[in-house]
Amino acid sequence: MAKSGTFSNLHDWLISEEFTSARQARLHSIYLAWLSLLANPLAFAGFAVVFLLVVVAALAPVIAFHDPFTQDFAIALQAPSSVHWFGTDEFGRDVFSRLIYGARTTLYITILVTVIVAPIGFVIGATAGYLGGWVDVVLMRITDIFLSFPSLVLALAFSAALGPGIENAVIAIALTVWPPIARLARAETLTFRHADFVIAAELQGAGTGRILLRHIVPLCAPSIIVRLTLNMSSIILTAAGLGFLGLGAQPPMAEWGAMAASGRQYLLDAWWLTTVPGIAILTVSLAFNLLGDGLRDIMDPRNG
Amino acid sequence: MSIIQTSETSAPRKSALPKAAGKVVTSFVVILTTLLGLMMITFTVGRMVPADPVIAVIGDQADQATYDRVYKEMGLDRPIYVQFAGYLSDVVHLDFGQSIITKQPVSKDLARVFPATIELATLATIIGAGLGIPLGVIAAVRKGTWVDHVARVVGLLGYSTPIFWLGTIVILVFYAYLGAIPPGGRIYLYDEGIVQARTNFILIDSALGGHWDVFRSALHHIIAPAVILGYASMAYLSRMTRSFMLEQMRQEYILTARAKGLGQRPIVWRHAFRNIRVQLLTVIALAYCGLLDGTVLIETVFAWPGLGSYLTSALFFADMNAVLGSVLLIGIISIAINLLSDIVYRFIDPRTR
Repeated sequence: MAKSGTFSNLHDWLISEEFTSARQARLHSIYLAWLSLLANPLAFAGFAVVFLLVVVAALAPVIAFHDPFTQDFAIALQAPSSVHWFGTDEFGRDVFSRLIYGARTTLYITILVTVIVAPIGFVIGATAGYLGGWVDVVLMRITDIFLSFPSLVLALAFSAALGPGIENAVIAIALTVWPPIARLARAETLTFRHADFVIAAELQGAGTGRILLRHIVPLCAPSIIVRLTLNMSSIILTAAGLGFLGLGAQPPMAEWGAMAASGRQYLLDAWWLTTVPGIAILTVSLAFNLLGDGLRDIMDPRNG
Repeated sequence: MSIIQTSETSAPRKSALPKAAGKVVTSFVVILTTLLGLMMITFTVGRMVPADPVIAVIGDQADQATYDRVYKEMGLDRPIYVQFAGYLSDVVHLDFGQSIITKQPVSKDLARVFPATIELATLATIIGAGLGIPLGVIAAVRKGTWVDHVARVVGLLGYSTPIFWLGTIVILVFYAYLGAIPPGGRIYLYDEGIVQARTNFILIDSALGGHWDVFRSALHHIIAPAVILGYASMAYLSRMTRSFMLEQMRQEYILTARAKGLGQRPIVWRHAFRNIRVQLLTVIALAYCGLLDGTVLIETVFAWPGLGSYLTSALFFADMNAVLGSVLLIGIISIAINLLSDIVYRFIDPRTR
């Protein structure tokens, strides 16, 4: 009883709109977003899968009860069983354990690309939108040039030039992901460019950097976060595609795309080698799409 | 999927002519700079390759004198902008260098493999648009019902499925288990060389020549990769169609049409759908460009002898001339398709004139 009592007090405190501190106001808006996420089952399912992915990646050594790299040809290509849940691959490695470790690779690529791309895309887009004039023209021309390539093809070209490997794959994917972010940041910046609070800051003598960072970033953040979340899905698919073509993570590292690719040689004898990693890619990519969709509904109800 | 802004604010009527001329000039400059940028990227990528281009030509057995001579011949001692100018003039003359694998000029290889990719991508777009657009319209009209939810799930699945994996699974089920499709390729081996190549689109060539058995063989081969690619573009097209239609259905002229007693069908198709046709055209163009991405993977899975297979095998053997030639070609096609849709857009939609 007491416990539910404090909980309902917390709930009341969070839901109340008579704020006593800035922190309460901020927590209030986060809490409301959380409540609407709970109210949207598909978005919440997406959130749950993403959360699970993070947990699995963090606890990979605990969850995987076989070593993902130990080869044992005596048990190669075994069908799924109670010992090897998803069977074994051509080197006798446990597919389930490799799947778990593959979550790390996927998350590593996704997070790294996002962390690289978000600031670059934002700075280019917001600078173009805020300064306007020839800066805008030049920056947006560059953006459009990168946009005119289909993204996988561009990533292929870059990773072919840089050489195969997971770091190079990250760079190659990042080079293809930033342009849409820059376009979005520019569009958002343009809507605030002549707002009174920006003019006021300018009159107070604030520099370009300060205005962008203190006034434009917070307002652009929601739509950029939605875009980044939806992007994560395509980052995962591109990374898997590169892995499938042998340009992503190199063996013996566990990567879902590469796992599905190597399983193709044994497609008829060992269907699980290709099927299982593919379902993992599909699930995670779908989860990011659902989450992104849900976040968009929450942050921008117009698109409902 | 790349999104390029095409809509522009409508110009006032009075100064229509000089403005239109200005627009043509602007878009011409835009295309030229985009092409230039495209080539700058491929040029840079070519320079990034760690392998020594001279060694690639003469092999690592040659002596220093030969190395120096070839180094000079290839123009590598000249400043970088001169080299870039040389590259530009090569590209303009359709000289992409020689492929290491086929020992042929890359441009010749590209001309050979390209029709197969266009054939596949076009059929996939027809499938995608044919299914996706009606699905999007129905989902918008019946917003919130089960039809809408099904359309949403189908769309999201299409966005999220790794296409190379889906291709592999389709081969496993429909070739290995059911024996309904061939495992890959463009036609059966025994149908090879019967049809006279006129357009290099095997479906059209065989139909023109009246070789219906070859036509069936080709159809048999193209159907699985085309449906898979078509599914990916259907997902995109249905979602875009839905949001365009929702916007139209909110407009007041729809309410007026309802008020004067017009039935649901004419309202949807004759009023609302008419107004989104132009927007849809742009989106279909974008979907087509997105398919060029998908073809790279799906051609590899289905051993489809097109640009994608050519590109991936070139990647495998580090055949950079072939890689860069293919990438440049794909980039140019994307620009051309977007340009085309832009022109048609302006032509159809009087507001943009």
